[in-house]
Amino acid sequence: MLKASVVALMAFMTLPTVVVMVVSFNPTAILSFPPSGFSWRWYVNALTYPQFQRAAVNSLWVTLGAVALALPIGTAAALALERGRLRLPTLWATLLLSPLVVPGVAAGLGFLILAASLGMIRSRAVLIAAHVALVLPFVVRSVWVSARNLDATLERAAASLGATPWRTFRRVTLPLLRPGLFAALLFAVVVSVNEFVVSLFISNRLTEILPVAMYSYVVNYTDPTIAAMSTLFITATFLVIWLADRYVGLGRVFLHHR
Amino acid sequence: MANAVVELKGCTRHYGGVRAVEAMDLVIFEGEFLSLLGPSGCGKTTTLNLIAGFVEPTAGRILIDGEDVTGLPAHLRGLGVVFQSYALFPHLSVFENVAFALRERRIPAEEIARRVGEALALVQLDRQGRQRPAELSGGMQQRVALARALVYRPRVLLLDEPLAALDKKLREEMRDELRAIQRSVGITTVFVTHDQAEALGLSDRIAVMSRGRIEQLGAPREIYERPASRFVADFIGASTVLRGRAVADDRVALSPDLTIRVRVGGILRVGEQVELAIRPERVRLAAAGEGTAEARIEGLVYQGAMTEVSARLADGQRVRVFVNEPAPMPLAPGQIIHLRLPADAFMVLE
Repeated sequence: MLKASVVALMAFMTLPTVVVMVVSFNPTAILSFPPSGFSWRWYVNALTYPQFQRAAVNSLWVTLGAVALALPIGTAAALALERGRLRLPTLWATLLLSPLVVPGVAAGLGFLILAASLGMIRSRAVLIAAHVALVLPFVVRSVWVSARNLDATLERAAASLGATPWRTFRRVTLPLLRPGLFAALLFAVVVSVNEFVVSLFISNRLTEILPVAMYSYVVNYTDPTIAAMSTLFITATFLVIWLADRYVGLGRVFLHHR
Repeated sequence: MANAVVELKGCTRHYGGVRAVEAMDLVIFEGEFLSLLGPSGCGKTTTLNLIAGFVEPTAGRILIDGEDVTGLPAHLRGLGVVFQSYALFPHLSVFENVAFALRERRIPAEEIARRVGEALALVQLDRQGRQRPAELSGGMQQRVALARALVYRPRVLLLDEPLAALDKKLREEMRDELRAIQRSVGITTVFVTHDQAEALGLSDRIAVMSRGRIEQLGAPREIYERPASRFVADFIGASTVLRGRAVADDRVALSPDLTIRVRVGGILRVGEQVELAIRPERVRLAAAGEGTAEARIEGLVYQGAMTEVSARLADGQRVRVFVNEPAPMPLAPGQIIHLRLPADAFMVLE
């Protein structure tokens, strides 16, 4: 009975993905199930569609920019929170983690109004800034867990051995934060690449990222190109996670085993 | 003695409202092994942290080799520190842990290899260089920490309860080894401990601390045999404290019908209230007779080599006695015994 319900739940969770994957190979031009044959034509279509190509490049830059900014900011914030160097630590923690609980629509609208008042409406900088804010909670959380496991005496030891504060950070703190930083990187990439709602508010056809481009496509066309695109997306994410697990070990990252 | 290496001048350290160290004056001489001994919270670790540069004094100055280092950060002081938790870098091999300070000093690779090899040989770990600290036993980690602190020949070695995390047998082995290494290197050493046996066995001098102040500073024998205060007498070794009134310059009346003879060198003034301390190993069981005090046994703790006897004198004051085993007679609670309290075994407390 329990086993059956687990199987049913698993099926319910994976079925939409499976349906999308199957439909993406359907030769007919309507989104129908079950499929009537096998074809790569929608993949060719998805990969050669100029707007998707442009959006993919946009996604790459936005995610790269957001991650490059969020990792150092988040690491500094996590260390400051852990070392208790801040006044009103709970307020800071709430602020840094708050994007997790603010609805995307509200955040998107907020960024739009902010961008408009700065005269930077639909600029890439605003898009990247928004992504930084959205991935920051994940970065802070992941690094914080690692920072908590870090023995502060190790830094004293390094200082007593003649290491400047910066050298101590480079030779002791940073290497010991590595599992947390890796988890942070993974989270940040996945969240940024999949971000849709906020990005929809603050991008146009020139700056939009892949999820937004895919949404625009669905609004205008109903052929399985979007299913092919989604399958590519799912496969890529799966590959990233699989490689990370294979070469670094996600269990180690998330459970913090030494 | 030789010249001063570390000097604390009126050093005070407050944490919020808590006075961890209060107006401390202390001079540590070249090559000496000085222990800071006291119960937890007495300020001994804070004193060590002040010398190391991990905390800054609220007031006062710190000198090393006559130079004022009060505001100098830890990484510029060049002192060696061994921590209670060892604080070995878990991501580095034993070799790299020991090489850490040398790499910070940009010493050429061949010299690093040679000096790390020497340091590891000194602590008998020449074969463990490639292992990670987590793969070593507690005693081995302790020795790596010592090698790491000694490898760059620091001016002073600071040891923060380095033996506390080891089990009893290993602790005694490491204590002897530590002393041998310290002697052979000849390095000025400050040793923080709450263990009086360690302090007595290792030190040239001991500073007994309480509530942020030094209660007494002196050689182990001096501290043990002539404690300057009741706190020191209580903290170092076991002791019995007896209250009475001086009735002559060599006699103290504990009660109207119990007068004991003491020989303490002319400090007694007739009519004055005095507190006398006596070590339990100096009190002897005796046959009834002249110069003995009668007491009733209240408790017995058998400890193998000796039995700890707790007895009460006729006036109600309690005396502890260590009776070497095998005891001269069978002992039982409630039994009346006679104690000889040698006149020269008494110490007068302030």
